[in-house]
Formats: sequence, C-alpha cells, structure tokens
Amino acid sequence: MKNKQGVIALLVAAGLVLALPALAAAEGTYRSFLGYDSRITIWLIAEIHLMFGAFVLGVPIFAVTIEIIGWKTRDARYDKLAYEFTQLLGGAFGFTALLGGLLTFALFGLYPKFMERFSEIFHDVMYIYAGLFFLESTTFYLYYYFWNRMADRKGLHIFLGVLLNVWGTVIMMVANSWAAYMMSPVGLDKETGQFIGTVWQAVNNPLWHPLNFHRFLGNVAFGGLICGGYAAIRYLGAKTPEERAHYDWMGYVGNFCAMCGLIPLPFAGYYLGREVYSASAVMGNNMMGGAFSWTFIIQAILIGGIFIGSNYYLWIGMHRIPGAERYTRYIKFIEILLLLCFAIWLTPHNLPLSAEEQVIVGGQYHPTLKYLGLMSGKNAVVNLIILLTFLSFLLYRRANLGDGIPFSRQGARSRGVLVGVAGLLSLIMGSYANFLLSLDPVSLDLPPETAKYFVLPAALLIIQIAAVVVTVVLTFWDRGKIAELFYCGVTTVNATFVLGVYGYVIMAVANPFLRNLAVTQWMILMSALVLVTTVDVFLFKGAAQVGEMNWGKMPLRSQYVLIAVCVFIVMLIGLMGFIRSGLREDWHIYAILQDASEGSWTPDNAVMAKVVSACVLVFLAAISFLFWLTGAGAKKPESPEQLVKGDTSKAASPPELLVTPK
Amino acid sequence: MNTRRGIPLLVKFVAVLVGVYVGVRLVRPPLPSSLVMMYMTLTVCGVLVYVSIYAETWQEFSAPLVELFRGSPERGGLWQGGRQVVLGLIPLLLGFGVYQKVTPSFTPPAEQRVVHPAPPFEVMGLTNPLQQRPDRLQEHLELGARVYFQNCVYCHGDRFDGEGHFAHGFNPPPANFVDAGTIAQLQESYVFWRVSTGGPGLPAESTPWNSAMPKWDTMLNEEERWAVVLYLYHQTGWKPRTWE
Repeated sequence: MKNKQGVIALLVAAGLVLALPALAAAEGTYRSFLGYDSRITIWLIAEIHLMFGAFVLGVPIFAVTIEIIGWKTRDARYDKLAYEFTQLLGGAFGFTALLGGLLTFALFGLYPKFMERFSEIFHDVMYIYAGLFFLESTTFYLYYYFWNRMADRKGLHIFLGVLLNVWGTVIMMVANSWAAYMMSPVGLDKETGQFIGTVWQAVNNPLWHPLNFHRFLGNVAFGGLICGGYAAIRYLGAKTPEERAHYDWMGYVGNFCAMCGLIPLPFAGYYLGREVYSASAVMGNNMMGGAFSWTFIIQAILIGGIFIGSNYYLWIGMHRIPGAERYTRYIKFIEILLLLCFAIWLTPHNLPLSAEEQVIVGGQYHPTLKYLGLMSGKNAVVNLIILLTFLSFLLYRRANLGDGIPFSRQGARSRGVLVGVAGLLSLIMGSYANFLLSLDPVSLDLPPETAKYFVLPAALLIIQIAAVVVTVVLTFWDRGKIAELFYCGVTTVNATFVLGVYGYVIMAVANPFLRNLAVTQWMILMSALVLVTTVDVFLFKGAAQVGEMNWGKMPLRSQYVLIAVCVFIVMLIGLMGFIRSGLREDWHIYAILQDASEGSWTPDNAVMAKVVSACVLVFLAAISFLFWLTGAGAKKPESPEQLVKGDTSKAASPPELLVTPK
Repeated sequence: MNTRRGIPLLVKFVAVLVGVYVGVRLVRPPLPSSLVMMYMTLTVCGVLVYVSIYAETWQEFSAPLVELFRGSPERGGLWQGGRQVVLGLIPLLLGFGVYQKVTPSFTPPAEQRVVHPAPPFEVMGLTNPLQQRPDRLQEHLELGARVYFQNCVYCHGDRFDGEGHFAHGFNPPPANFVDAGTIAQLQESYVFWRVSTGGPGLPAESTPWNSAMPKWDTMLNEEERWAVVLYLYHQTGWKPRTWE
C-alpha cells in the first residue's frame, strides 16, 4: 500500500514539474480558490507540506545515526529502534509528496504571473529538484524494504541511509534557495527588475545558507520530538511491561535527538536573523522591532516550554535509575536558574501597557527591565539555558554509574583523545581570537578607534584556552569532576556574565561587532559542551552500574510532557514559518515583484494564531493517522513470551522489535 | 524535596507564589500587569514542575487537594465546615472573575504598541552629505545646534533626554536620545527619515502610532535636517549604526 502511495506521489510530482512551462503560460495575474483568500490557501498548504517535509528530513538523520551505533556496538536494540523510526517515515513520504504537488498546483493556479516570473529564473533547478526527489524516494524504499535482507551487509545498508540523508538535505537546500530568494533576491537589474544574473547566483542568495542551517537543525529537533510524542502515546497504550520499556526508551531517544538539534538552534536563529537584517534593514526592523516583534514573544514562550519540558522529562526519568538519588539534590538549583533565565528570555523590550501604566512607567520602556529585552540579555541567558540543559544530561548520564577507571590508568589512547580534543578546541578558539585582534574596524564600517572593543572577547577566548589546559591537567590528576565543574564555571562567567554585559556596551558603541561577540559566546559554550563531554566519557569509563535501568517505570505525567513538547514544536515551526514568509509583506519577491492581489495584506496576530492553529491541528491529525496506519500495518506478535524470548519465527517484522532494552 | 520541617508542601507552594508576587510588586516603577502575569505564570509552572518531579512530593502536594474535592468522612466537623467554605468560595471566585471581565470599563485596554517602524526603501542607505565635508564640521554643528534649539528642545529637552517642557503632555513621550536604545541603534538615514516625515510619515502598518512629531520636511530644508542629525550624534556621543 505504501509502495503504491509513494509511486503515485512520485508520478504526481514529476508530472507537475514537467508541466510547469505549460502552466506558467496561463493567462491572468491572480485567481482565487473557490472565492477564498489565495494567500491563506497557499499558507495552509505550504505550512503543512513544510511540517511533513521537516519530519521526513529530520527522522532519517537520527535513524541512521542510531543504526550506526547499533552496528558499532553490536547491540540489536539500536537496530530495531532505528527500524521503528524509519517505519514511521513510510506514509509521511507519500503525504509530503502529495502536498508538494498540491502546493505546486495551487501556486501555478492562484499566482500564474508570479510563478511565470519565478520559473524563468529557477526553471532548470526545478528539474533537478524533481530528479533529487526521485532519487531520495528510491533510496528510502531501498533502505526501508531491504533492512532485513541486508542484515549481513550492514555497511552497505548504512551507506544507503547516509545517501538518503544526502538527497534529503540537498532537496531541502534547493527548496530553501527558492524561499530565500523571495526574501533576498540577487542578480536583478535595478532599473527594470529583470533577472540578469545566473541561476547559481539566484540559488546562492544571501539568506540561503542561514536558512539551510536553521532548517537542518530545526528538522532534527522536530523529527525527534514528533517521534517522542509517538512513543509517549504508544507507552500510554502499552499492554505489557516489555512494550512500556521499549516505548519508554524510544521516547528518551527521541527527546535526546531533539535536544541535539535544539541546543545549537538559537545560534542558527541568531545567524539567520542577523542576515535578514543585513539583507534588508526594513525586514529586520519589521522582524525584531516592528509588526512581527510580538510573534517573537510567543516564540520565546514556546521555546521555553520545550526546554523546560525536555529537562522535566529528564528529571522525572532519573526516578527509574538506581543511584540517581546521589544527584537529584542538584535539580532544584538547575530548575531555579532555568526559570530565572526564561524570565529574562521572555521579558519584552517593548511592554504591553495600558494608558495609566504608560504614565507610571514613564514611557514605553521600563527603566530597569528594558535592558532584559535587548539582544545582549537574550544572548547571555540562552547560553546559560543551554549549559544548564547540558548539565541535566550529564546528571542523567552518570546517574547509575559508579566510579570509573582513574584516568591516570586508562592508557595512552584516552590521553591522546583528550589532548587531541583540547588541542583542537584551543586551535579553533585561538584562531578566532587572532581574527578578532587583527580585525579592521573599517571592514565593519566602524571608526578605527573602535578596535579597542575587540580586545576583550579575544582575551576571553585566550582565558578559555588556559581553562582548557587546566581542565586537561586536572583530569590527568584524576580530578575529572573538579575539572568539569571548573570549565563549566569559567564558561558561565565568560559567556554569560562578562560577554552578556559587554554586549550592551557593544550595542551602543560598535553595533556591527555584536555578531562577532555572539560567535565568541557560541564558541566558548560549544567548547564546554565538547570538552566536558569528552572528560565525562573518560571519567566513567569502565564504571560499574549501580543497578539496572528500570525502563518502563516512568509516571504517566512524563509521557504527557513528551506529548506537550511535541505539540509545542509543531506550533513553533508553524509560527516561524509565518514570520519568515510574512516578513516579505506584500511582495512576492522582496522589493522586486509586488503582490497586488486582494490577499496581500500582512495578517495580524489574531489571524496568524487561527491559521497556524489550523495547520497544527491538521498536521497532528494527519501524522496521527499515519502512525495509526503504521501500527495497523504491522503484524502483532502472538504472545508476550515471544517478545521476551525473541522467538523470531512468528513475531512481527523485524523480529524482536519489542525486546526489553536493558 | 525536604519536608521534614513539617510545613505542608501545599503551604510552601502558596508561600513561594506569594513571595514572588510581593517581590515582583516591589519593583519600582511598578511593572505592568501583563509582565506580572507572565512572571507569575512562569512561577506557577516552575513550582508545579518541581513538586511533580518526585512521586513522593507529588503525592504530598496533591493529596490535600484530592481529599478536599473527594471529601473525607472520618475528618472532624471543623474540617468539614472548612471544606464547605472552600468549595463554596471556588464558584464565587470564578463568578467574581467573570464579572470583572465582562463589566464595562472606561479604562482603555493595554496596547501592543510597535515602537520601531520600518522605513521605506527609498530612505535606506542614504548617507549624511555633511559628513563628506569634515573641514566644515564646526559650521554644520552650529547649524544643527541652531535648528535643535529653535525647534526640538521643547520636547526633547536641553539634555537630549526627552524631558523638554512639553514632554509630559505627550503619550508616547518624546525620544530620549541619551538612551542607548534610541539613535545609537539607528542608521543616520533612519533618523533623517524620522525627522523629515515625523508622525504623519509613519507607515500604515502597526497603527496607531500616536506620535506627535511634526513633519519637519515642510519647515526645514534638507541641509538643516542633516545638520540636526549630525548634531544629535555629536552631542550624545553615540555613533550611528552603519552596517549590518
């Protein structure tokens, strides 16, 4: 059935692309969809298509990663989990293609002149897109249906999985180039508005790579949390302890994968935002201080919900880990700090005030809290939020581990890896410090005397390198825990407190340098995540387990949290889709081709909330239906005993799917 | 969570909420109700998260509430009476809340004001022509000072802090140029546009702007407007935002 659906979807997509020139020649500038607003019609279809697209691009990334882990560790559980994740993709692929086809129909039908203009530029790329889609679908079906047959040729099967991800990423990049071009067009004659550049110029427009980074990470987070939500629902409906154990583990892995995408996402968002501002100060103004600024408060609430929800899930999860009681006392401190950070993260620069409040406050900004609303404050706390989330993971990881082999007795390989990682981090940070010290202010359109402001971030990077050395030395002296604490402390002071406050100075006197400051903060933080993880791996190398993990012993509220964060991320992706596309206001191609249709108005927040909610509901209903189909299509094993014993003769395909994780 | 001191968890929960509320209300000038609501929602969520991490604390926290709603026949008369009062108060409080919400009020609702209008394309990227003549800087600054003290000082003040004589008659108040959040964050072309077209030149989106700023391009020539922009940056010490 899925085969047929996929083939139909492929044929529809290929047929549409081949029919583009004929469709583009249609007469008329604008049409409506049964009298309904064309823009909202496109919005609904495009957003739901994008949500499915995010899912089918995000899930294969961690499915193949989990498969590789299973292959390398020879642990069949990982392989089964990777298969189950891939199983969820089957129907979603068909839906994505069908929605893509519908979107193409709608675009050519409702906006023929715009699409004529657009296909004049991207005509060749559209064929490439169709070809890539064909390759991706074929690779997916080979990957999925040959899972068992290629069990003894795992390397080749993993190669297919990697190839699937390559096609998916390139497809995403092609589609991103179109969306980005509509926001930051290049290669145009300023007088006539005619395209005089090359196709590559159009593809490689200023917002292309920022959008690529942002969407790639967003897709991983999205896919992970959707899978987490799926696992939670299956956990709630599980009939046997084995099923509960399996879906508990699946939910944990989904949440973990999502956090891997979410942790660097704020930086990718900042990069995209800065580049939007660079592409057009008008768009930038509208985004952060204008008509769309309030949507960023909603965004902050949703992101806060996701981070707190994911942390909460980890904290509850420590229940089922024998030995976790040694660390649970730290949770309250992490939580309090997280909440304080989110209070700052949520505080708007521009407050909603009644007339009386405005008089009392003395203007639109609160004299004290206005500083919390600025980008510097947000950058500072987001670093701490990420570090605290990382600490939650560290506590979770070590919860049931005793003392490992002392580092001094671990041999040359461990020492080599640690020194190598430390050396690499020092090299990267040192290079950037050198770059900052040799940066010419004039290249940022700043006066030469502002070069002095570049010294502090460079100095902090050098201090951070010194901290790397101290951390390595402490680890060599078997003081790994102190080393971790020390490096996290230095990171917090440098990235959050010093550079957080310094950001306000830079905002006032050398604003264009703020992006370099953000990169410095990001580097310092990432160095902590990498170095502390490396130290932690060696710290607990060979550590005995305090007890067996009690998978399947999670309270029900933990599963509702997984479902809630799944809904949050769908809402978030819907909201961010609106902001990115809406920033063009009444332009098809920003500042080049104006949208003169009746529906070209920029929706207010009330309209946005209704349309995004509709997208969220439709997507969640559709994906639930697909998941139900996936479950209904799989054969049920005959008895719980088979599951536990791994009797492969009568169980579902692949066998041992529900074997209890250890 | 440590409960050995004997204070019921529910009481601690309420104490934390009251403590945070009092703390938030002590901030001066007072925080707007929207922000208080935001912080209190965050606090409630945070405390609920904390008490529900552990099965024991969740049980301790929820047990009195469950008992209240389910009833407990073995309890004494005082408890039963108190329960009736609490259960009676809940619909009354809800009713009062609804009454407050639906009662007509003369207070205008809180505005979600947008404070950074997007400039039109044509003014983006303009450069101050007076910057091209550093040899005549003093002359341009004198012109800027004259323009400022003849036209702008009444609202924006002689200290450039938005505290001019007329300032308190306007809502929103005049811009405070000394604040790092105003002209320090803007390009010169943007400030020139604001001076030139004032309130009437603000874009249609995100209205109402309610700005009392006059449209100075009908009263000042282009050189005078650039000169006052130059003067503002010179006097406040800020550098215009130059590049993104």
